Amino acid sequence: MANTAAFAGINGLREIRRSPASHLAKAMETGSVPGTVALKEGPFQTMAGVRVDPNSEEGARIASVAGGLPARCGEVGGKEGVSVLWLGPSEFLVVAPEEAHDSLGGDLIGSLTAALGDAPGQVVDLSANRTTFELSGPRARAVLEKGCALDLHPRSFTPGTAVSTEVGNIPVALLKSGEESFRLFPRASFADYLGRWLLDAMREFASPEVP
Amino acid sequence: MLLISCPNCGSRDETEFHYGGQAHVPYPENPNELNDREWAEYLFYRDNTKGTFAERWLHSTGCRQWFNMLRDTVTYDIQAVYPMGAPRPSTAVPAAPESGTASLAADSTTTGTTAPSTSATSTAPGITKSGTTAPEGATK
Ligand SMILES: [Zn+2]
Repeated sequence: MANTAAFAGINGLREIRRSPASHLAKAMETGSVPGTVALKEGPFQTMAGVRVDPNSEEGARIASVAGGLPARCGEVGGKEGVSVLWLGPSEFLVVAPEEAHDSLGGDLIGSLTAALGDAPGQVVDLSANRTTFELSGPRARAVLEKGCALDLHPRSFTPGTAVSTEVGNIPVALLKSGEESFRLFPRASFADYLGRWLLDAMREFASPEVP
Repeated sequence: MLLISCPNCGSRDETEFHYGGQAHVPYPENPNELNDREWAEYLFYRDNTKGTFAERWLHSTGCRQWFNMLRDTVTYDIQAVYPMGAPRPSTAVPAAPESGTASLAADSTTTGTTAPSTSATSTAPGITKSGTTAPEGATK
């Protein structure tokens, strides 16, 4: 059940909310190599962890709220402004813009909770669980390949797909958001580590290529 | 590094998985009727197989699902991947011989006839494809 009640009356706290990698913003700016590879932390997002049998009635109700559940590893469901990542056969991560959160005028968590009803499963507000890194540029794949064993070649990892895997030895959800851009969702406590790891992996591309 | 073929996600690095020990160790039907020795054996005593061993694995940084695997403890050859609850598939690959001179060559002379799913390890699907690599012998 989503604990939305706890968010009532937090108005005013939103302004002092800091993202898990905010202290690296400057380093990401200077560490980015224009036209080669760029890294920045994305804005806050509303995220909900959903566990439901996708083939059940409640699964269908959740799917209609979220805009469709992905059927297998790699697929991303959702609709305009909502992405649903496949984490497991009955586990999904719903990602939407921050304004979709119930405490900010949206209704994503509440409507997912209502769609589940009393059926087996869970909808948990995980908006503060993970942060978002945007890695983009022609060498973005080369940076990731230093710490991710998956085949990230475009023929295998196409835009609009996502996998739960390891980057730099820590668990992340990795979304291919464009031809040359990736979105990484590390848990908040790993944000500092992964941010610094990526900056270190990007460093070589700031120097001229040695033939 | 082992490349393990998760039934849900396809081929992934060993570091994404956790080992769950010997498979097919059922919880005692009537635990209260066990004496201390039998209880201790259920809890702590496991086979120390040299050769093909059925073991449990968890894809902990992927789909977080458990599955069973037949692995040769000598050669690390993964012979089958099958669902939890399914019976151990028969495999044509024999356990390593007692003599201790186990080699891939000795095994390979006896494979290729009725091995259920050596392909589970070698032709793992790409990450964008369906990852159903359960062996033919495995049933729900
Ligand atoms: Zn998996």
